[in-house]
Amino acid sequence: MAFFLETLIGGLMAGMLYSLVALGFVLIYKASGVFNFAQGALVLFAALAMARFSEWLPAWTGIENPVLANIGAFIVAGLIMFVVAWLIERLVLRHLVNQEGATLLMVTLGIAYLLEGIGQGFFGNDIYKIDVGMPKEPVLVLENMFEGGILINKEDFIAALIAALLVGALALFFQKTATGRALRAVADDHQAAQSIGIPLSRIWVIIWCVAGLVALVAGIIWGSKLGVQFSLATVALRALPVVILGGLTSIPGAIVGGLIIGVGEKLSEVYLGPYVGGGIEIWFAYMLALVFLLFRPQGLFGEKIIDRV
Amino acid sequence: MKVRKLMMAAALAATLSAPVMAADQFFPVLVYRTGPYAPNGTPWANGYVDYLKLVNAKGGINGVKLTFEECEFGYATDRGVECYERLKGKGGGATVVQPLSTGVTFALTEKAAVDKIPLITAGYGRSESANGAVFTWNFPLLGTYWVGADVAIQHIAKKEGGLDKLKGKKIALVYHDSPYGKEPIPLLQERAKMHGFDVMLLPVAHPGVEQKATWLQIRQNKPDYVLLWGWGVMNSTSLKEAQATGYPRDKMYGIWWAGAEPDVKDVGEGAKGYNAMTLQHGAEPNSKVVKDTLALVHAKGQGTGPKEEVGSVLYMRGVLSAMLGVEGVRKAQERFGKGKTMTGEQVRWGLENLNLDQKTLDGMGFAGVMRPVQTSCLDHMGSSWVRVHTWDGGKWNFSSDWYQADDKVIRPMVMLASGKYAEEKKLTPRTPEQCKQ
Repeated sequence: MAFFLETLIGGLMAGMLYSLVALGFVLIYKASGVFNFAQGALVLFAALAMARFSEWLPAWTGIENPVLANIGAFIVAGLIMFVVAWLIERLVLRHLVNQEGATLLMVTLGIAYLLEGIGQGFFGNDIYKIDVGMPKEPVLVLENMFEGGILINKEDFIAALIAALLVGALALFFQKTATGRALRAVADDHQAAQSIGIPLSRIWVIIWCVAGLVALVAGIIWGSKLGVQFSLATVALRALPVVILGGLTSIPGAIVGGLIIGVGEKLSEVYLGPYVGGGIEIWFAYMLALVFLLFRPQGLFGEKIIDRV
Repeated sequence: MKVRKLMMAAALAATLSAPVMAADQFFPVLVYRTGPYAPNGTPWANGYVDYLKLVNAKGGINGVKLTFEECEFGYATDRGVECYERLKGKGGGATVVQPLSTGVTFALTEKAAVDKIPLITAGYGRSESANGAVFTWNFPLLGTYWVGADVAIQHIAKKEGGLDKLKGKKIALVYHDSPYGKEPIPLLQERAKMHGFDVMLLPVAHPGVEQKATWLQIRQNKPDYVLLWGWGVMNSTSLKEAQATGYPRDKMYGIWWAGAEPDVKDVGEGAKGYNAMTLQHGAEPNSKVVKDTLALVHAKGQGTGPKEEVGSVLYMRGVLSAMLGVEGVRKAQERFGKGKTMTGEQVRWGLENLNLDQKTLDGMGFAGVMRPVQTSCLDHMGSSWVRVHTWDGGKWNFSSDWYQADDKVIRPMVMLASGKYAEEKKLTPRTPEQCKQ
């Protein structure tokens, strides 16, 4: 029982981190109808900026306090993500208003390759460290109830908590603010939103900035866990089944989807894996998402598309 | 008209008086400097290329200059094969190919035989290809994964007080779910049968960034030791998960591809006590070959990567790999003509007759880095020396004496597996008599 609980908790915490990356996809899709394949590259780019500037700033300015260095690096990385968002809007999206979804999707693929290449070219392709003081040692809880207790990874726990806070804040932003409503209006119909005076270009810059910020937070959390290197870009692949399952337009969907995928893949690997040779968690996540789609093609919380014939 | 004739005569005279330049020897270099495995692939490639430059700086191989061209394949098997096809005919033909990928090695094994290009896979590739009678173009020089796994078990047994003490123990293999990661399984299963320990197999999907479920299983089953057969980010992730689940790092033993600086430097203190097999060498910043490289290549602004990386573990692996190819050419020249460009077939003869004794190695700057290698037509591995080194939180230190793989265990396995391969591919193994030709 204790082991089952450990696996379950581990899955929930991993799922929360998937939700954070999935959120990047959902945000852009909600606001612009674009399935942003570059989200993984944004995570990598942001994490590289954070890791490198936390090294460079102390060397350039003589700051010795690591907390100040990290805050400085976070601000610089945030500014860089803002510039990236602005450039994407200026150079790419502005010219593609009202284009087919497939065109926009392909464009984000191009942006992904560009960001990966420029990121590694400018910041380097080695493994870099982000040390924001996350605890690495585990903690045992409920030792009175279960023999040996239940092991909780403190780093994952804190990361899941940060992710949950960020997701909550963004959900509120979308539901309760005027800008949030404007973003949703743009997602529904570019032309209609423009006709009632919503400035499309500003909205797109805002949403790519928010997605960049989410990527930065995800990059810091994943970078602190794994080290900052190219594989961070592949973290986005872990979030794909989450958005398929949760629905592309729903923030709660990204959370619930993340938790289901996280728990599903861990339990499957531990309990089914040994019977089929192991290493099943990646494809199992996709299979789980596909099974859900059989019953709810729009995802768990996605909007049902009704077209007039 | 007169002027033209004069110029032609002058040109002819110049041609005749110029020294006869030997043609170049072309080395294709398959690399991965981008993608998830770049942090590990880059130092290897830098070491490989720097050594070729060092040989040139010292006058080439008996005057024959080395040329090379890199091809980036991102550790993807299909792109690796594409690189091989693109480079095999360049520069008068490839001398040797070293793909630094077991997957690409599997894909090229038959192609290389058709193209007559030796395939050097120092410390990786197919373990059964040590049998040169069947795998006539493969050279897993210095050691295979069966060697690494065998020595890991020997070392663990020594720690426990003898091979008989392994009975009832549980050893987990956390491996990259690829041909590379699966290579040690037959050897471990064979050893498990012999000594009565259990092997627990835990595959990790590429690239290995998600291992929580794997380490939860380790926590549940509490293996006595964990063998780590990872590459790239998988290694550091394993160490971080070991830390997060409280598994002692000093009970973990990695293969030589899981025992370099990129695997541990990000983990730092968290990896303290972690051990790895070495393919003879470790980090060798004080070796003569490194000093020569710094003086003759880097000091002249011709270094391939950062100066600080010269002498690190994977950089040295690249240096050794290049050196083995170069010495194959040098040996071939002894038979087929000094100062001439060698063909792939001639280089194969050189690689089958390598005899690098300690004096030669020391003279080349490899004193303390590696031990003698002697190959033959039937033995394409040449040696199986291994040491263990341990991460102290800041650097790797050797922590064991030299081991050799147990030939009594490995040889029958090599013969059986290569025999099966020959049967499957309808190959007639070479006989010792054919080898003499």
